[in-house]
Amino acid sequence: MAHGQKHDSHGTLGHIIPPSVSTTILVALLILTVVTVAVAGIDFGKMNIIVAMAIASIKAALVIVFFMHGLHESKILWTYILIPFVLVIIMIGGTFTDDPFRAKPLPVKAEIAAK
Amino acid sequence: MSSHAATAHVEVGPGDPPHIHHMDSTTAYHAAKLGMWLFLGTEILLFAVMFCGFAIMRYMHLDEFHEGSKQLSVKFGALNTVVLLVSSWTAALGVTAAQKSDNKGVVKWFGISIICGGIFLVVKAIEYSAKWHHEMFPLQENFHQFKNFLGFYFCMTGLHALHVVIGMVLMGWVVLKAMKNRFSERYYTPVELGALYWHLVDLIWIYLFPLLYLVG
Repeated sequence: MAHGQKHDSHGTLGHIIPPSVSTTILVALLILTVVTVAVAGIDFGKMNIIVAMAIASIKAALVIVFFMHGLHESKILWTYILIPFVLVIIMIGGTFTDDPFRAKPLPVKAEIAAK
Repeated sequence: MSSHAATAHVEVGPGDPPHIHHMDSTTAYHAAKLGMWLFLGTEILLFAVMFCGFAIMRYMHLDEFHEGSKQLSVKFGALNTVVLLVSSWTAALGVTAAQKSDNKGVVKWFGISIICGGIFLVVKAIEYSAKWHHEMFPLQENFHQFKNFLGFYFCMTGLHALHVVIGMVLMGWVVLKAMKNRFSERYYTPVELGALYWHLVDLIWIYLFPLLYLVG
């Protein structure tokens, strides 16, 4: 690892992303932003939010993999990257399998309102 | 990455970081990056709590969220998205410059990122003042339209804007160090970690923009 020539893609520490790759990713992100805005104008009903979040996730993946150098990171670092997302899915998923099935208004609130 | 992590004898070179005497620069670099990602994980979870609350409130007040969302300017939101994406791109180029021992490049690219952060905050201030003008700002006396949606809007974008400010301060500190030629291909940890933080700020906005401005 003691070779750090200017045209070498491997620096002494981390991997070097060539500027052309960064620029390509920027263009992709801008195109996806235009797509997000355009698609929001079409009425898919309940699917709109799913489509918007799917495109956002593609953009997020591009940022992590290229801008944040995820492509060349070790397995342990990827564990650190992915665990928060797993926790987010558990939290939001868990909330939605619970809250929508509760009686509304909540019995306690209904009792207070009756008094 | 662990293959070259531990070396018994640490040789000190000219461009090495000050803590080189404690561990070799490769170990220090990877340890710092792992720590940074752990911190970024807590940041993701901090925002995730708000996203979860937003999702539940949206589910319960779907019509209000749809109407509330229309009160926001898609043009301003999209403009800020482009500004942040460009700033993320320049932050990535700043890291590449640091990896090639190009301190002037770090100053230039991070400088542009900081300016983009400033533009983002100005646009946000314009949006906030318009809401204030229409008495759609929480704490205002006549604030009762779209209370749930706007409450989430101001909490989420406010916390995000705070992160933009912190990111600008961090990158400003990196720029000051780069002006003193502190970075080299052997030591650029603050440049990379600063950029990682800024990318996270961009990452959060990538989700905030469609959620708040488009689908509501």
